[in-house]
Amino acid sequence: MLYVEHIWVHDMDLLLQRVFDAVTNGSTYALIAVAMVLIFKATTLINFAQGEQAMLGAFVVLQLWDWGVPMWGAVAIGMCFSGVLAAFLERALIRKFDPADHLPLVIITLGLFLVINAVAAIIWRFDPKSFPELFPSGNAFAINNIRLSWYTIFAFTSCVIVLFVLQTLLSKTKIGLAFRAVSSNIESSRLSGIKIGTTLQFGWALAAAAGTLGASIYAANPVLQIEPSMMLRALILSVTAAALGGLDSLWGALIGGLTIGFVQSVVVQYIPFIPNEMSLSAAVIVLLIVLIFRPSGVLGTRAVERV
Amino acid sequence: MRAPVLRVEGLEATYGPMQVLYGIDFSVYHQEIVVVLGANGAGKTTTLRSISGMIETKGLIEFKQEEIGNLRPSEIVRRGVAHVPQGRGTFPELTVQENLRVGAFIRVDKDVSADIDACYQNYPILYERRTQMAGSLSGGEQQMLAVSRALMSRPQLLLMDEPSLGLAPKIVEDLFERLVAINTEYGTTMLIVEQNAQLALSIANRGYVLESGSISVQGTAENLVKNDAIRRAYLGA
Repeated sequence: MLYVEHIWVHDMDLLLQRVFDAVTNGSTYALIAVAMVLIFKATTLINFAQGEQAMLGAFVVLQLWDWGVPMWGAVAIGMCFSGVLAAFLERALIRKFDPADHLPLVIITLGLFLVINAVAAIIWRFDPKSFPELFPSGNAFAINNIRLSWYTIFAFTSCVIVLFVLQTLLSKTKIGLAFRAVSSNIESSRLSGIKIGTTLQFGWALAAAAGTLGASIYAANPVLQIEPSMMLRALILSVTAAALGGLDSLWGALIGGLTIGFVQSVVVQYIPFIPNEMSLSAAVIVLLIVLIFRPSGVLGTRAVERV
Repeated sequence: MRAPVLRVEGLEATYGPMQVLYGIDFSVYHQEIVVVLGANGAGKTTTLRSISGMIETKGLIEFKQEEIGNLRPSEIVRRGVAHVPQGRGTFPELTVQENLRVGAFIRVDKDVSADIDACYQNYPILYERRTQMAGSLSGGEQQMLAVSRALMSRPQLLLMDEPSLGLAPKIVEDLFERLVAINTEYGTTMLIVEQNAQLALSIANRGYVLESGSISVQGTAENLVKNDAIRRAYLGA
């Protein structure tokens, strides 16, 4: 009897630990996912370079920190840097093409993906570097084997704050209203005097800044290090998270991110016939199942009909 | 006569390889309501889209004695031209109130909220639905919203593309009454493209008939109503 109870307690510990892991990973996927949601809302385009833009931003943060800039100051400057870079990329590459024709645009974002990855590798090399700790280290509490780290708490809180800030920006400011108008009806936006190009540029900058914050938090995970390919896996999971939550829903990105994090750590732990190596595919399979029943994602309004 | 608010000369427009307008000339004077009649594909919508800068054109488009033919739509709205496109052109995912705010996007003055209240007074149903998504409105309500949205930019010239399309006769009548009221109250000049020739001519001062990209007949509304060819083609007489 005593023995059984012991196992049960142990299992509960493990489950909770796995849930905390899910929240940790899910929050960072959500931050990259929300960047993709911003671009999708405005253009119904998935920006495959989003993860690499975020990685580049995180490297800039690291570089600034190396030069002695205080870490949150470095994050702020890094976010501004990637925002300005994204605004430039939108103007120089994206705006030249017909927004309704997605194939050239998808190829451009894939090209950007490769170029940014190569540039980061040339400047910073492929050997992993440790990233400054953005949050207090250690555990908020630790009982038996349950450890809730400050990192998990702060990663999740940052994600919720970012979503609130973005939501407020989109619903309470004039540029936010313009952004939502463009995403709802481009022709009437033009007829209302909204400059479409400038508005989309704003969306790209906002998305890149959010992505850089996400990548910085991701890299600040004590168990991870920063290197040019660190976002490859995160990108796939973030796209999956964005699609799962609804590609045009900010809060859907959080739900999607947490779900993917959950599938990755909990389902793989408890369903024995799914090997660990399959955790990435398991996330995509969950996405497929959700999209069969809700084609526009959990909170989305537009079906995923184009890439 | 005074200089026209809108003067169009030798306007040509093409969609890809297809020419739609073959050099049309017309004018709209201050506080006039002018209607453009014509069959489907005659070039009515293209005419309006040319004026609001949505397509590239050849020829002269002058608004208040200034050439606007080469300007972007965002600049043309700022000069005082509002365009209600065919199919209403509201923002379905935005609330009624947000739609009106987008309509006032170009304005920097402090009277926007007062103007929104004025819209609500004219259309109490929009006030009731102010927090609803525009996409959930009925066709008639959407057209009220579309007109209100266009007026929020305080235009001197209002372009309307088939305002009666898909609406019940009673709602169309109310809408046209409202257009007349706006015309008298604010002195807004109007250029209306319309299939419902009978009703359009009943509120218009003058009219033009477009046929295959050229103007075939023009005149005062009274003369057009009496014109035999027009009666046969557009008034079902």
